[in-house]
Amino acid sequence: MGYHIVVCGSLVPDPLQTLEPVQGPQGPALKNEMMLPAVLDPWASHALYEAAHLARTVAGSRVWLVSLGPKAKLQQVMMTVAQKAPFELVAIDGSASGFTDAAAVAGALADAIEAIPDLDRTRLLVFGGWESASRGASAVMQIVGERLGLVDQFQGVDALTVEDGGALRVLERIEGGRHQVSTLAGPPALFGWATGHLGEPPNNPQIGMANMRAIMPALQRAKPAALGAGPTFARVSLPKQTRQTRVVKDLAVDAIAKEIVDWIKG
Amino acid sequence: MSDDRQSLDVDIVCVGFGPATGGFLTTLGRGLAARAGTPAAESRVAPGLPLQVTCFERADDIGTGVSGVVTRARGIRASFPDLDPAQIPMAAAVRHETVAYLLDPGGASRRSAALRAVDALLRAGRGVLPMRDHAVELPYVPGFLRKDGGLILSLGQFTQWVGSQVLATGAVQVWPASPVAQALVEHGRVTGVRLVDQGAERNGAPAAGYLPGMDVRAALTVVGDGPVGVVGRQIDEQFGMPAGHAKRDWAIGMKMVVDLPETCALEPGSVLHTLGYPEPEIFGFLYVSGERTASLGIFVPSWFDSPVRTAYRYLQHWMRHPYLWRHLAGGRMRSWGAKSLQESGRQGEPHLVGEGYARIGEGSGSTNVLTGSGVDEAWTTGVQLAEGVLELLDAGTPLTREHLHRAYVARRRASWVEREARVAERARNGFHRGVVTGLVGMALAGLARGRLGLPGTALRAQARVRTLEDWVGNRIPAAELETLRREAATFGAGLHDAVMSRLGWPAIPYDGQLLVSHQDALLMGGKVQAAPGFADHVIFLDPALCRDCREKLCVEMCSGQAITRGEDDLPVFDREKCIHCGACHWNCTRPAPEDPNRSNLQFRAGAGGLHSTEN
Repeated sequence: MGYHIVVCGSLVPDPLQTLEPVQGPQGPALKNEMMLPAVLDPWASHALYEAAHLARTVAGSRVWLVSLGPKAKLQQVMMTVAQKAPFELVAIDGSASGFTDAAAVAGALADAIEAIPDLDRTRLLVFGGWESASRGASAVMQIVGERLGLVDQFQGVDALTVEDGGALRVLERIEGGRHQVSTLAGPPALFGWATGHLGEPPNNPQIGMANMRAIMPALQRAKPAALGAGPTFARVSLPKQTRQTRVVKDLAVDAIAKEIVDWIKG
Repeated sequence: MSDDRQSLDVDIVCVGFGPATGGFLTTLGRGLAARAGTPAAESRVAPGLPLQVTCFERADDIGTGVSGVVTRARGIRASFPDLDPAQIPMAAAVRHETVAYLLDPGGASRRSAALRAVDALLRAGRGVLPMRDHAVELPYVPGFLRKDGGLILSLGQFTQWVGSQVLATGAVQVWPASPVAQALVEHGRVTGVRLVDQGAERNGAPAAGYLPGMDVRAALTVVGDGPVGVVGRQIDEQFGMPAGHAKRDWAIGMKMVVDLPETCALEPGSVLHTLGYPEPEIFGFLYVSGERTASLGIFVPSWFDSPVRTAYRYLQHWMRHPYLWRHLAGGRMRSWGAKSLQESGRQGEPHLVGEGYARIGEGSGSTNVLTGSGVDEAWTTGVQLAEGVLELLDAGTPLTREHLHRAYVARRRASWVEREARVAERARNGFHRGVVTGLVGMALAGLARGRLGLPGTALRAQARVRTLEDWVGNRIPAAELETLRREAATFGAGLHDAVMSRLGWPAIPYDGQLLVSHQDALLMGGKVQAAPGFADHVIFLDPALCRDCREKLCVEMCSGQAITRGEDDLPVFDREKCIHCGACHWNCTRPAPEDPNRSNLQFRAGAGGLHSTEN
């Protein structure tokens, strides 16, 4: 009897993109958001890779990816993500800018999870990013868990192992670079992943082709998310910063640290 | 670690997702969707399923490795009759076209005596000529250059727009971040492609997570991997080129997307072409796409014989020309990138079809070198191939060379792409004898509809590029050149900056937003990245040849400063900075040890590169 693993994760602008908040007709947004190349949020990516790994090792498991983002961009990101691991997509059409209300996003995700046909809550493991590259509040996954009535929640997870007898052993990050070890009897539970220990899987077109047969219909079925008006932002602006770039390779750690300290001291 | 190479059978596999493959898959996808459930649209390798069509794109996302364009868009509009440019970000209708000759405002440009005389005449006549800011606008734009009714496009955004529509048909699949290492050739027939290995060390050795590149077998391999694509080049080498055809004319196009300042008076839809500066051999363009955004850049051709030809610094000097700077001062770089252009046109056309394969797009010689147009032609060749394939599928005819010739090549030969390519065929020959001769040759070919043209023979880079001593003449003493060389070797840098500064080019006043260092252009503009786990894709075959190479044009011309001088003055490649422009492929001046027709530098397939889709 495998797990039913639901991974919550959406897209963020590809790293190194210049992000500029602007005041749009529906509130704050990222300038040219629809033109920016996007990737699956790196935190959620780790959660997906961990889910796929767990599903591979525990027979009978299934993996769903629940994504809330602009449908057109989701379709684009899926071309890459679908090659990484087998999953079934549940798409929700809506903004992924990070300016939306965390509780509203969590509500939309929880509603979508509850609507998954054949989902067995006694086997349910909800995965997601501990934080997000577009939102650092660490709030969404906690609220998703609360909405689903999941009382066993773990945040900053780096490892999840299945012990003999089916108990789950969890390593959570705590201060001082250490882990807190917990053991729970089994599902249901929620895990906000940190980086985990798995590398990014290679692209595998065979997995991609198998995934895509269901992904395209899922995208076509995607319903608009009812996110509401959300919070009111009094002002959005770019942090003042000056780029001083040098590309230097193989610099000693001490030299890097000294340079940063010198820079901070001005 | 896995030693097993996976294999996948599909019906049609495409290499590269640019405009040509966009045209192919748009047409094929629609055609297959309309034939859903019929025998024509049924897979031959997976009976009962729809035809299996898949496309592998090298770049990490579709639309991240291409460039901006102004096009008549005849073929594109034929595919999208109701096309509204407003549907595509950064697209605009062409409103106004200007060609300007830029004089040298600073005296550093390397101009022939004839050109200096022309400049002097123009300056003398400035009271009667339409001259301002050291530039003369041509009184009219020749018809063969005009893009009446055309479109300004960000090819990145256009490609993404096309990609979303292609995928929405559900009939085809496109996989980015999937470089194709080679074509599979068995008994003279292309049977598919092999993807690059993943989880590999820099030298290609298996590392953690090693996954040998998958073999994807197909009845038809559609090669649309552009001018420097590995599959196209492999097929050129393995099956040869038609008699008299060769790909020897190249250019590097380097560009920026710029947020124009509030003070800029250029209207959306403005198209500006320049010639004459920063060097007479370098041509420039500026297209205003709307919302105060412009695509601008230069072309540095292979017949510009400088051994220190660098695109990036020349691009900055071009932008700083008073005629352009009046529009650009205060602007901000949004994006940056570069790509190679195959400039041989029809003279570089390979065999368009063979057993198991068909060629489309720029790598198939579709670029019109007279009109300077390639995207629409590439798109149209893709459409033509798709129409031919659908015709063969409907008839239940196998996709053999003979049938593809009838269904695709004959279509292409009967089309405007071929007709106009023949007009352009000899248009650029004159450039091999000089800029002025080249311009005269272009004018002759354009005005006489191809009936007239000047002779000229393109040479390989090995035979073309001059020594630095010869190039600078007596402007820099030999002893000083040696000092500059030693300093460049010490710092691992190219020579071009030092040589250009010594020849009188002023320092670039960096402003941190438009005029930035080359490395900042990579980070701020190109957002250049490379995922780990792939082998180096630039290989120096015989290090001894590189050590003895005085020009090291691979270093000078590298668009991303990914090739530098390392220990013992050997070139060193850093794939994290490579933008896959392919300039190194045609700028290596040393023939390969075992094949004089190839160079000592191998440009293979690799992942990563530009991550901006605004180019």
